[in-house]
Amino acid sequence: MTTEPDYVAIGVFTALFALVTVMGFLAARWKQSSEPTNLDEWGLGGRRFGTWITWFLVGGDFYTAYTIIAVPALVYAVGAYGFFALPYTIIVYPFVFAVMPVLWRNAKAHGHITAPDVVYGHFGSRALELAVAITAVIATMPYIALQLVGMATVFAALGLNGEIPLIIAFLILAVYTYSSGIRAPALIAFVKDILIYVAVIAAVAVIPSKLGGYGAVFDAAAQAFKDKGSGSILLDPAQFMPYASLALGSAMAAFMYPHTLTGIFASKSANTIRKNAMLLPAYTLLLGLLALLGYMGHAAHLKLASNNDVVPALFKALFPSWFAGFAFAAIGIGALVPAAVMSIGAANVFTRNFWKAYVNPAVSPQGEARVAKIASLVVKVGALLAILYLPTTFALDLQLLGGMWILQTFPALMFSLFTSRVAARCLLIGWIAGMVSGTWLIWSDGLKPIHHYAWGSFSVSLYTGLVALIINLLAVAIVHAVGSLTSKANH
Amino acid sequence: MARDRARLISLLLLLPYLGLLWVSSYNKAEPALWGFPFFYWYQLLWVPITVILLWIVYGKSRHDD
Repeated sequence: MTTEPDYVAIGVFTALFALVTVMGFLAARWKQSSEPTNLDEWGLGGRRFGTWITWFLVGGDFYTAYTIIAVPALVYAVGAYGFFALPYTIIVYPFVFAVMPVLWRNAKAHGHITAPDVVYGHFGSRALELAVAITAVIATMPYIALQLVGMATVFAALGLNGEIPLIIAFLILAVYTYSSGIRAPALIAFVKDILIYVAVIAAVAVIPSKLGGYGAVFDAAAQAFKDKGSGSILLDPAQFMPYASLALGSAMAAFMYPHTLTGIFASKSANTIRKNAMLLPAYTLLLGLLALLGYMGHAAHLKLASNNDVVPALFKALFPSWFAGFAFAAIGIGALVPAAVMSIGAANVFTRNFWKAYVNPAVSPQGEARVAKIASLVVKVGALLAILYLPTTFALDLQLLGGMWILQTFPALMFSLFTSRVAARCLLIGWIAGMVSGTWLIWSDGLKPIHHYAWGSFSVSLYTGLVALIINLLAVAIVHAVGSLTSKANH
Repeated sequence: MARDRARLISLLLLLPYLGLLWVSSYNKAEPALWGFPFFYWYQLLWVPITVILLWIVYGKSRHDD
């Protein structure tokens, strides 16, 4: 890809970026309550977000900038297998529809702000709360760093090299998140999502017509995979179980992260969440079409230094500079929304489940907001330093592990909502079993998420996150059964 | 009675899992639609189907909270 600065594209990009910066600072006054700033206000916008704001906010932080870069890149590299993001982001919604309103009601009734709050509120176990809180924070940190990777890809495509643009963009983000809290990304998400919709709809409508139609795009991709000797536009039978288990495991993990849950907790009502489960699939349709940009990269015969360049390179090759700048702004601003919500989600967890639990139990609601604001700054600076000074693969590997880790909090959160019959110590042992076995499997596979199992003539490959969750649940069941047997024997 | 029926209808929410996780049933090129191999348009079609299923369940269950 050329690295000559493209001044028209840079101009459009800068103008749109300036617009959202102003919005970010003004957001503090939007839908503000008359009370002094507490954590409910800063971190959850006072739980007053209705259907449309929630749609833009959750859409903006679930379908991240990194997704927009990485999903087409994976499809470009391996073909059909990379498409698992589509079934994943469909089957997540029946789950959101059925479960998240229950979580919202629980949190609203007790004033919970984070998932570990809900777990502690139900079980009264500081140890289980801590397990869920630690998992949430370490799974979120690399996710924030990846948003920076998305942004850096766009800066490189604009011809803005070096680290200065990235640092400036992130510092601006850090400052307005500090002052406005969740309201900043909620307001910016409106702009971001509209830009993304325009850019992607233009791409999927215009690019195939320039390349001879969708049939020609699929044929070109099939030919490219044949020439390369790997990848295919259909799955190999050995990929069926990895594909299905990745889709299912990812869907179960998606709404365990602090940033997605922050969007849930900030909703105005349980019904807001149900309506969003019906409206958010619009983004999935967009994602499915966006994934096909990977194949368009083959049809356009792009020569890429890195798979991640496929989306920016397509826009540069097939659109005028001003529209490329517009699309890059969509992706760049697209990185700000999830990075902001993730840092707020992580800061909420730090404040409620570390600071309030261990440092200052008597902290006032206003004091909580002050702690969370500073924590959000620290989290973002940490992510920035990680990207500047550590190899990018470090963030990628941690993000992969993070998906498996966060899935191990699924039993604790679900049992908090639906049953009182299992003791916290069973869930804690299950969490340890899942974390250890999953980390060991992924590590021994050379940081690959799929593990191959063989018993005699039967063999299968599965997503390790899902396998670790099964081990987690088995451990819960065994410890629970042993516990009830011994308590019966004692009576 | 009405509650039991709502429960039964909410089983519709399991259909997307069956339709999308049974991968061998849709991993094929034909019939193609507008140049899209079956594998692609079938999965994309599950987006509106899932929305319709959610909408049916929504209409039949309590949602005044």
